[in-house]
Amino acid sequence: MKSKAISFPYVGWMGLFVIAPILIITVYAFTSATGGFTLANFQDMAQYASAFGRSFLLAAVATVVCVLIGYPMAYYLARETGWLHRMATMLIMLPMWMNFLLRTYSWKFLLERNGLINAFFDLFGLGPFQMIDTQGAIVLGMIYNFLPYMVLPIFSVIEKIDPKVIEAAQDLGANSVTVFRRVIFPLSLPGVLSGITMVFIPSVSTFAISRLLGGSKTLLLGNLIDMQFLGGAYNPHLGSAISLVMMVIVMVCMALMNHFGDGEQGVTL
Amino acid sequence: MKKKLIALTLAAASVLPLAACGGSPAAENGVVNVYNWGEYIDMSVLEDFEAATGIKVNYQTFDSNEALYGKLANGATGYDVIIPSDYMIGQMIEEDMLEPLNFDNIPNFSDVVPALKNPEYDPENLYSVPYMFGILGIIYNPGMVDEGEDMETWNVLWNEKYAGDILMFDNSRDTIGIALKKLGYSYNTTEAAQITAAVDELVAQKPLLQGYVMDDIFEKLEGENAAIGVYYYGDYLTMADNNPALRFALPREGTNRYVDAMCIPKGAENKENAEAFINFMCSTEAGLKNCEETWYSSPLLSVQDSLDPEVKADPFAYPDAAFMNEQCETFACLPAETRTLYNDEWIRLMNS
Repeated sequence: MKSKAISFPYVGWMGLFVIAPILIITVYAFTSATGGFTLANFQDMAQYASAFGRSFLLAAVATVVCVLIGYPMAYYLARETGWLHRMATMLIMLPMWMNFLLRTYSWKFLLERNGLINAFFDLFGLGPFQMIDTQGAIVLGMIYNFLPYMVLPIFSVIEKIDPKVIEAAQDLGANSVTVFRRVIFPLSLPGVLSGITMVFIPSVSTFAISRLLGGSKTLLLGNLIDMQFLGGAYNPHLGSAISLVMMVIVMVCMALMNHFGDGEQGVTL
Repeated sequence: MKKKLIALTLAAASVLPLAACGGSPAAENGVVNVYNWGEYIDMSVLEDFEAATGIKVNYQTFDSNEALYGKLANGATGYDVIIPSDYMIGQMIEEDMLEPLNFDNIPNFSDVVPALKNPEYDPENLYSVPYMFGILGIIYNPGMVDEGEDMETWNVLWNEKYAGDILMFDNSRDTIGIALKKLGYSYNTTEAAQITAAVDELVAQKPLLQGYVMDDIFEKLEGENAAIGVYYYGDYLTMADNNPALRFALPREGTNRYVDAMCIPKGAENKENAEAFINFMCSTEAGLKNCEETWYSSPLLSVQDSLDPEVKADPFAYPDAAFMNEQCETFACLPAETRTLYNDEWIRLMNS
């Protein structure tokens, strides 16, 4: 009984700020400006297919790069002990102590035509390169901002792998490649999956990064939704419909991936 | 672990009610909630107002008329004074989103230049008091464009030589307006074919742009990160203060003269304080301070008379009537179906 009471604040919070908004969005998505039921908001969706495609593609690229950079980093960190471990952990966390918009702003200044990076290239007589306001800059912003969310879950999962399991594999004649491939990697998959979720979802719905680093030239889903509520195309009903479709697609992606992940794990174990 | 949770919950429970009643600090004569454009005021004027009236100012900013409209249309309340532009005021009047002003509380309104009273967007002048006005033009860096390049035309924004160096507005009305002018049409056309043709021009222009920006343009042009942009003359003066190399050009196809005016949204809780604020902003001292800080043009006669003669003689800052009629066009409020077309066409451009 007692433990139930403890959860009330959180349940209340969830109801008020998670479930209620989703219900409101759903109602908006299926109504028109005059208040009647309509499916028109969804019928118009096809014309935004390219924005959907672009968002999922850029988010996928950012997520893949985060796995490629984050996994080795997390693996190394989890194996390492002592000051190097503490130092590296702190360095990963350090940027997260500052607001994400401020960090994104600073990338803007780094990537500008007369920014620090072009000034560096200029020393060698190269450039200036057009880096700001490109899709590359948007992906870079996603990777930079969300990489810690990939490293930390993988790290915490690998760190908890019982060394005895690895020793057992070695005793049974597995070399280090086999140990990694058959033991460590499968056991770390849950971390990878939650890392992918935590990088992919904010990337696919971002609007700040594409505005700040993409010069508003690349329309992502987040921007499209933002425009329906606070931008040049005021239509909260359409905005809600797009949000709903995005949520459903993301949920399906995640469910598929989790299913696939579980299957993989099951087979290997 | 559980103990910790309880402690946290208790802490949260004891903080929440505090936060709820901690919202409005004591002010002897209440508060006024002001919602203005970014970088559009001398902040010390707010302190002057507080000292003079005992009314506390809560000040927030927005960066486009559309964002302001979206916020209010979404049902946001708690704003007493808003400062939208001409066409948006027209739209808000049409949609019954503004409160008629009690001009008995705004005696300083008499100081507004007659030419700016009873404007198209508020023909009987019931809802708005002009705050600032100005004209739109091309701001460029002579060192980054060819010598002798004809800058006095919107066509230069479509010049492939400057690919990657051009900035446009991140809002539909201004950007589509520029393309309409380039094609020789009116800003206020309601002909779908003309608007579609203008957006076709913009789609063709998009690959040449560095980006669609609003206040980011300051950093981009001052820092020579881009060569050509479009913005307001007052902002040009601010930029030129930081980077004297910059120049302003007035496109001969014609340009936009805008007025931003103070209004009170429907349902404002502190209407009298809002009127006191509007009146204060129309005082000579506040007007002068704002003018000197923002470099925009003041609609107040007494402020114009107190200005440095050199500033007042600046034809771009205080254009004469003939110039206004021949070169400038003001945005009118567009009919609803044209606005929908603008929205759809803007998404087509953004999505291209």
